Amino acid sequence: MTGYLGGMLVILSLNIILAYAVFLPVATGQLNLGGAAFQAVGAYTAGILSAEYDAPVIVSLFAGAAVSGVISFVLALSILRTKGVYLVLATFAFAQFVSGVIINVDLLGGALGMNVPDHIDGPIIAVAAVVILLLVMLLMQARFGLAMRAIHDDDVVAGLMGIEVRITRVAAFTIGGVLAGIAGGLYAFYFNFIEVQSFDSLSSVYLLLFVLLGGTQTVWGPLVGAAFFTVVPELFRYVVAHLPVGHAASTGQLDTSWRFIILGAITVLMMVWRPEGVVTRTGLGRLLHRRVEKQA
Amino acid sequence: MSAVPDIALSLRHVSKSFFGLQVVTDVSFDVLRGQRTALIGPNGAGKTTVFNLVSGAFGVDQGEILLDGTNIAPLSPGKRATMGLARSFQNIRLMPHLSVVENVMVGQHARTRGLMDLLTPLWLPRNRVWREEAEAQLRAFGLETYPNEVTANLPYGIRKKIEVVRALMSHPKVLLLDEPAAGLNTRETAELKDFLLDVAERGVTLLVVEHDMSLVRSLCDHTVVLNFGRKIYDGPTAEVQNDPGVLEAYLGPRHDAA
Ligand SMILES: Nc1ncnc2c1ncn2[C@@H]1O[C@H](COP(=O)(O)OP(=O)(O)O)[C@@H](O)[C@H]1O
Ligand SMILES: [Mg+2]
Repeated sequence: MTGYLGGMLVILSLNIILAYAVFLPVATGQLNLGGAAFQAVGAYTAGILSAEYDAPVIVSLFAGAAVSGVISFVLALSILRTKGVYLVLATFAFAQFVSGVIINVDLLGGALGMNVPDHIDGPIIAVAAVVILLLVMLLMQARFGLAMRAIHDDDVVAGLMGIEVRITRVAAFTIGGVLAGIAGGLYAFYFNFIEVQSFDSLSSVYLLLFVLLGGTQTVWGPLVGAAFFTVVPELFRYVVAHLPVGHAASTGQLDTSWRFIILGAITVLMMVWRPEGVVTRTGLGRLLHRRVEKQA
Repeated sequence: MSAVPDIALSLRHVSKSFFGLQVVTDVSFDVLRGQRTALIGPNGAGKTTVFNLVSGAFGVDQGEILLDGTNIAPLSPGKRATMGLARSFQNIRLMPHLSVVENVMVGQHARTRGLMDLLTPLWLPRNRVWREEAEAQLRAFGLETYPNEVTANLPYGIRKKIEVVRALMSHPKVLLLDEPAAGLNTRETAELKDFLLDVAERGVTLLVVEHDMSLVRSLCDHTVVLNFGRKIYDGPTAEVQNDPGVLEAYLGPRHDAA
């Protein structure tokens, strides 16, 4: 699996892992606008351990996940007291902080980026995405997942029912951090080069969009969102390149900007059309119900 | 040997104010174990606030709340739930995106123990009892038609009943119901009464806020009346409508008494 499709599959797999990293806190009602920063923590931790200290790839990957998880945990303990827009701002501020650190620390390569010689292949990343997808599904089918969704809907009542609201939120945020850290490490070893721009705030915005537009009520939402936002821009790249709008289309610059204009328009339309995301519980229920009727 | 009354829940000199507005003032009363007690009073008397203080949604300013003799006032709402306290809400507060049976299963949360209960999928054999129990309880309430429906789409009367079922799922010792019959029709109210009598029969102590006085009379032997945050009556339900203080609270001061 090499070439264009292989590369697409890797991006799709990474985006799926990242979408679930952001989904877990969002499913408890906590918007995370710092997803890419946790990915950066995982990528740089794994990269440094591998490139500078010759640690094995698997050790570096797990270390990246662990460091991102610990930072998420500490951050969650302090900022999950805040709510709504303040939490969004806090995660955003954290992301800016991480970018600042990367740019200013020489060991991390600064603005020039950093080479990571050890390599892992695409199929491993695809397998990781599938395993993570399955684990998140199992978690959401456990009482922990039920508690997360209950907190999302009404945290006061959830607390009155004996659900540990704060612990559940911190745990969901931390697991999300671990997943983002894994995605970061995988990214570093696949592309063999990391730089601060790969984990900028626009990436964090996109991750949150995957999740919100895919839908936060079911475990399928992030999958649909990540797939949509990975595949559709590529389709547009293809379509725009073949449009008869003159040679400018093939110069690359116009190509990219057109893709994002169309993507932005689709985003706005989807927000109007399905404010609760593409995959909703009622929608899914209707779909399954119809299928049952057909069988009968 | 004098018979010591078996007190399940006791409020001792409980007070609460919001932004300087005194809403509950020095309220004390006992709820006897196995008894069905009504908490009534005009709108704004502080009944729902008393429930919020007992269940822990708000902290008290002053006073103690004893559950089986333990002061629960400093404890978290969740801890109170695990100690055997459950409630329903005047304004229905079901989780809108959860299905009926999932809502009811949230009510079981206070009975979960340890990480295995929390982290293993609910469809595993060891966990199936949770859903089966929830579905059985829904059946007992005639609600088996809707287990997988999202609650946001259901009619008011049905959601009201689901709330009562959810509250029961923690297997509470003391159950607080805030206007459970509001919005129910006569037939549904009669069904609710039978169901609550059945619940009480199984040993659950009931404290019920209710405006439907015929339901109160047929369900509760004991009544506490609040007015402007103060207790004005604490005695048999049968005599509450003859109490001059209660009449005055509901009907206003009588001219000949002035
Ligand atoms: N969270 C709150 N903040 C401010 N005031 C409140 C709050 N809860 C209740 N109150 C006030 O307390 C008074 C009693 O309300 P409540 O306990 O709901 O009365 P009841 O249930 O007897 O109708 C009302 O005046 C109400 O406005
Ligand atoms: Mg009330």
